[in-house]
Amino acid sequence: MTDADLERLYEAMAETLGTLPRTDHALYLAKLALALAETLDDTPQALAVIAECRQGLLPEGAPA
Amino acid sequence: MRPAGRGELDSLYFTYPHFPAPVRTPGPETRRPVVIAGAGPVGMTAALTLAQYGIRSLLLDRKDTFNDGSRAICISRSSYYILERLGALQPFLDKALGWTRGRSFYRGRQILEFDMPDSADEKFRPMYNLQQQYIEAFLWQAVTANPLIETRWQSEVTGISEEPQGVTLTVSDPGGSYALPAQWVLAADGARSAIRQMRGLRLQGENYEGRYVIADVQMAHDYPTIRRALFDPVSRPGGTVLIHRQPDNIWRIDYQLRDDESAEEATREENVRAAVAAVLAEIGQDSPWQLEWWSVYSANTLALEDYRDGRVIFVGDSAHIVPIFGVRGLNNGLADAQNIGWKLAFVLTGQAGEALIDSYTPERRGATLDVFANAGKSTRFMTPPDAGWRLMRDAALSLALTRSSAGRLANPRQMTPYTYAASPATASDDPAFSDGPIPGALMPDVALETGFLSDRMGPGFTLLRFGAGAAACDDPALTLVDLPADGPVGRAYGARPGTAYLIRPDLHIAGRWHQADATTLCQTLNRLLARTEETTA
Repeated sequence: MTDADLERLYEAMAETLGTLPRTDHALYLAKLALALAETLDDTPQALAVIAECRQGLLPEGAPA
Repeated sequence: MRPAGRGELDSLYFTYPHFPAPVRTPGPETRRPVVIAGAGPVGMTAALTLAQYGIRSLLLDRKDTFNDGSRAICISRSSYYILERLGALQPFLDKALGWTRGRSFYRGRQILEFDMPDSADEKFRPMYNLQQQYIEAFLWQAVTANPLIETRWQSEVTGISEEPQGVTLTVSDPGGSYALPAQWVLAADGARSAIRQMRGLRLQGENYEGRYVIADVQMAHDYPTIRRALFDPVSRPGGTVLIHRQPDNIWRIDYQLRDDESAEEATREENVRAAVAAVLAEIGQDSPWQLEWWSVYSANTLALEDYRDGRVIFVGDSAHIVPIFGVRGLNNGLADAQNIGWKLAFVLTGQAGEALIDSYTPERRGATLDVFANAGKSTRFMTPPDAGWRLMRDAALSLALTRSSAGRLANPRQMTPYTYAASPATASDDPAFSDGPIPGALMPDVALETGFLSDRMGPGFTLLRFGAGAAACDDPALTLVDLPADGPVGRAYGARPGTAYLIRPDLHIAGRWHQADATTLCQTLNRLLARTEETTA
């Protein structure tokens, strides 16, 4: 994927979030992640991405 | 602003000069070819550019010293070429801090390091940090050494009228008021341009909500010249902080205000001190520091519809105001000054027709609009406008820990010199080329056995001729440079024997021909310079 494509997706997601109440952001993003994971149709890779995105969200030194 | 007990110009490291009021000889003033209002970096660059071509100018400034505070601190590579061509570069090379690298942090953790484009073919680094008062002082050295430039400090433009042969300014100084006729006036009088208001012109565009404090501190701090961007830092949750190193142990701390913080409150000394102390604690600075200077600004994208109004031409901040993130305010101002400087000089020396002046707005306003297009993106990233943009921004930053692609979303889009593709002073491209730089682009530099390609450029136009026996044009404005088609320049420029590139005085490419012939070259040069029967050499 080109940087421009990635940027387009980034902007589309930000703009869609802007049309939703803040309280629904987590719900929308969870739906989006689940739908994209299914569309990917590659369970091991989806599981790897699920683990990858956890990184950086816990204090440094916390168990991975 | 400065700490309590210190005057406005009472700096920890810089002695501001005091310029006396001018001593004028009584009697009417002669009509000057060019009067420049504003002796800041932009006005001085315009005067020095005109002087390069033998054109006299008179600089006016209402102040009695340089601008206070460090203000614009990032000088781009393209600006170094401008300073070099003015013969003013050496003190900048001696003092400024060159840099190529930026680091981004998210919630205290480094998530990204990026390097701006640089290579052995580049004569200068992508960026140099230097306080604006040094920029002004170094240009002032060159201005005072130049017999073609007269400067009058403490001289304010209070009126302007236009007549067929030019413009007459009313100038007020401590000795009184007088009429000053000029053929052309360059308004380099800044964001609050008095001339712009007197002409009834308004900047158009958008004011963004975000406001920022820039604060300079002096301290011994062990960190290389790397731009640090702290997103959502512990010291300022939800905000963005930028840290830049400057010469003389001065560090720039730039932080965004929250929506509920008023500018008045935020710029009170104790609040600036508290905000700076929190940032310094976060970056591990535990030795003493001194507050030097601070200011507040907002991110705007504003420009004039037309940078030319008859015989008055707007240059720099008087014509456009851009957000700070792209470091384009000063750098675009210098490019404006060089652009109008050589064009006006060519017209005044009879080497070009007056219509050449009309290429100034499309080229330089185009550069501003290009900044605006990118400013939306960088402003959204630095200061997200709503919860959705903030969430996606934070997601990209967090994902950058594991994916370089996400890091590129966080990469500041700054400083690609603008390409004057659709300009009357640029020829259309020759479709026979498959590579090499296109007309309108700033010429890429190339390292030669000794020195760089840019060292060989003439004062006016330059024709790069590749291979033996390539065509040329006998024109006093043209310097010929012969190069092998199979050498490093030939390869970088997609040349073959017979290829020619026409380079403008500002080092932008005016045109290129895969197989050049003399007639086309001469005709193109005449057309680009808007020459008529009278001006054709």
